[in-house]
Amino acid sequence: MSTATAPAETPDAEKRDAPLGGRFIGATANYIDERTSLSGFVKELGRKIFPDHWSFMLGEIALWSFVVVLLSGTFLTFFFQASMVPTHYTGAFLPMRGVEMSAALDSSLRISFDLRGGLLVRQIHHWAALVFVAGIGVHMLRIFFTGAFRKPRELNWVIGFILFILAMAEGFTGYSLPDDLLSGNGLRIIDGMIKGIPLVGTWISFLLFGGEFPGTAIVGRLYTLHILLLPAILVGLLVLHLMLMVINKHTQFAGPGRTNSNVVGYPMMPVYMSKMGGFLFITFGVIVLIASLFTINPIWNYGPYDPSPVSAGTQPDWYIGFADGALRLVPPGWEIVFLDRTWSFNILVPLVGLGLFIVLVAIYPFIEAWITGDKREHHIAERPRNAATRTAIGAAGVTFYAVLWAAASSDIIATHFYLTMEGVIHTLQALLVVGPVVAYFVTKRICIALQKKDREIVLHGYESGRIVRLPGGEYIEVHQPVDEYERWKLVDNDGYEPLVVRPNAHGRIPWHENLRASLSRWLFEDRLAPLTQAEIDAAVAHQHHELEHIAAEEDVELQGAHARAGVPGAPHTPIDDGHHSETAVRPSNVIVSDDGARQPVNPDEKNS
Amino acid sequence: MAHEDDPLEHERASWNPSPGLAVAVSDPVEPPALPPHRERVTDKDPVAMKHAVRTVYTLFYLSVAASIWAIAAYMLFPIESGAIVDIRNNNMFVGLGIGLALLAIGIAAIHWSKAIMSDKEHIEPRHATRGRDTTRAAAVQAFSDANDDSGFGRRVVIRNSMIAAVVASLAPAVVLFRGLAPENTPANPIAGDPVALLEETMWTAGMRLVHDPEGTPIRAADVTLGSAVHVIPESLAELGHAEGYLEQKAKAIVLVMRLLPEDLIESPEKADWSYEGIVAYSKVCTHVGCPVALYEQQTHHLLCPCHQSQFDVTDAAKVIFGPAARPLPQLPITIDDEGYLIARSGFTEPVGPSFWERH
Repeated sequence: MSTATAPAETPDAEKRDAPLGGRFIGATANYIDERTSLSGFVKELGRKIFPDHWSFMLGEIALWSFVVVLLSGTFLTFFFQASMVPTHYTGAFLPMRGVEMSAALDSSLRISFDLRGGLLVRQIHHWAALVFVAGIGVHMLRIFFTGAFRKPRELNWVIGFILFILAMAEGFTGYSLPDDLLSGNGLRIIDGMIKGIPLVGTWISFLLFGGEFPGTAIVGRLYTLHILLLPAILVGLLVLHLMLMVINKHTQFAGPGRTNSNVVGYPMMPVYMSKMGGFLFITFGVIVLIASLFTINPIWNYGPYDPSPVSAGTQPDWYIGFADGALRLVPPGWEIVFLDRTWSFNILVPLVGLGLFIVLVAIYPFIEAWITGDKREHHIAERPRNAATRTAIGAAGVTFYAVLWAAASSDIIATHFYLTMEGVIHTLQALLVVGPVVAYFVTKRICIALQKKDREIVLHGYESGRIVRLPGGEYIEVHQPVDEYERWKLVDNDGYEPLVVRPNAHGRIPWHENLRASLSRWLFEDRLAPLTQAEIDAAVAHQHHELEHIAAEEDVELQGAHARAGVPGAPHTPIDDGHHSETAVRPSNVIVSDDGARQPVNPDEKNS
Repeated sequence: MAHEDDPLEHERASWNPSPGLAVAVSDPVEPPALPPHRERVTDKDPVAMKHAVRTVYTLFYLSVAASIWAIAAYMLFPIESGAIVDIRNNNMFVGLGIGLALLAIGIAAIHWSKAIMSDKEHIEPRHATRGRDTTRAAAVQAFSDANDDSGFGRRVVIRNSMIAAVVASLAPAVVLFRGLAPENTPANPIAGDPVALLEETMWTAGMRLVHDPEGTPIRAADVTLGSAVHVIPESLAELGHAEGYLEQKAKAIVLVMRLLPEDLIESPEKADWSYEGIVAYSKVCTHVGCPVALYEQQTHHLLCPCHQSQFDVTDAAKVIFGPAARPLPQLPITIDDEGYLIARSGFTEPVGPSFWERH
């Protein structure tokens, strides 16, 4: 290999005559390429095309806030003591002086009050973590509702889903580190939940806490998870997630020139480098601004963990809310002693219920792929309305999550709105069951109605707002045809129809095919058949015909009116005087001249 | 970018993915071509372009200024006084400087890319994700060759023994994790037994009830009607933080309330567990263990602030609302010779959240 470079010298030599960016850059690039083959990488990715849409930015929020989390978190590790050794606080914050607390809380307070900018970095870290999980959440919603999880991206959906879980785990482990009153109560709840798991719960809690709750080990252990194990997995999966995105190429929305077999957009260098890099700074900047203006997690008000005190109205960080809410919505008495063992259904039902919910989210792409049996690749992001049932399922899931989330604030809702605690809980319990069902049907109907509206616009044009009276006295609104680019955005070529089961080679219909058929009916029974080019051509021809007809009728009507007004030569269109071109002053664009005779303005202008 | 079709696409000829239940349209709507490029204001108007350029570099220099301000604020707003207002100012002014510096870079970069950089759309073809037929065949051949060379598929005994060895080698790692929690020691024969630990608290017969956290004993006469007193066992008050104070406290916290004796509904076997209307209940919620710290004086309900379980103190602290399933365990109390409240015995059942071995 090393000796075979001679023939390649010639083109290189030519390039060296006028190196891009000067001799130094050229020499450096050459030095690096001769040792890394980096030029191939740049050739492949340098001008790679990315499609443009605001919703593609949501994942970037997650990515960049994670960068902020990493940077701020690294700074904090230089000062934080992950130890539960008891100590007496002697730092700058007077109200806590002399209070016995763990080294973890002591160092967290010192970061906040004895380190210039320490509070800022702590708040940046916490806010960025909240934004990180939120960014992943909205990104997942975008992927789900546009069907961007379809082949070939099912695996990347699963990776992204694991990232979501890891982000929540990172959040919870981090939240627990300062060992303040609130985080200790959070751990107490986790401990109580773990103990409710049959068979292994007691021992898992015992091992996790290194003995009895709270013990002296948990902060150190969570710290190892928080800064080593979880971030390592997170970064690894994140890299894989992005690599797969590059390999699969980003989805794009249907639009003129955009098909399933191309990508239309701007090149990585320089446009996306600048846009994405710029967005990193915007995300970072916004988080820093929030952190400099708004307090988060004021541990100095809470004090050290003590099992006895707790304040009312305490809430977990937002992303844990749905789990806390699930615990709150359990009715009284869901616990039995059976076989001489305690079965805590008040813990198990929320745990299993949430577990099922998130597993369903994780495997949804595979369920849909199995039902449709579609093995083709899909690179066009669907409009949510065009997949009515999926969008309805998503809306039901969002409602389910939202009710659980609201339940985590049940006490705050009750006190703020002067409601009874029981009333709020009972309402939310009912909503948890009814809400998703209502959301499902309402969303599905809205989606199908929107599909019909799109089809209406494609076939009959959009409502122009122009009302015309026909000779018979009937008023109609003129519909104008949309142009071919708009029309393309409105048509949906990607329909499915329910499965019709057929016996297999043995003359039987296997049960799973029957199941698949019923599920496919559920998904695709209510649908609009895709349009054909012939239908569109006919519709467009009809629209033009209709418009010509209306124009002819209108001409007759206007001419009649002008004739009756004594100005048969008056124009049939509004007069464009440069100021009032939009004024619809038909049918009598007539002014009276100085001598009293009626004169049409600009009589040469004719209806075109 | 290249517009022509991939010359090697035919190598994926064997791939003809099933459309499944997709509706086959014989005459689908034809996609229109990319619409003609529309020039932006900055493309057409040199003045607008000049303005955009000026905006971008002004923002970049503004960012430099904001960074310098952040450094200045670091020095101008010290926190050594410890006063909360100084910390607030330091946090806010350093943060505003850094935040504005970052935002200005971001906005400038995005304005640069949107107003100045070429906005001509490019088209890049997509290829099927799967490898070309020849590549796939080569990959299969590689596995097949490796299998032939190693005998992995043929020498089943070797393969299975290897799998067994690797699986078995994980077991010691699992065992090592037993060390996460302590084991029984001669000094503490139940240190490694979570069930035994959960069933035991510091409360014993004759133990004085003392104020949490001061440790002062409580005279029955001082517990007034309608009051709720947060209580710990006397021996806990003497325990240091390094001696398991929090672990013991997490189990031993108790709430003492005084009601009118006629308001109490007491079962015959627990009739002597209260003293003249004074009752003591574990403060650890039977749901997931939060302290049941809120006492509603009028209704005699205890409310857990975490998940809103409510317990009726007049009726043996049974659950009247919320996710908890069991009443709060009651601590039998009486008074000693000096009139101080003492425990008649320890708790007769484990306190706190349910666990598997509880029965």
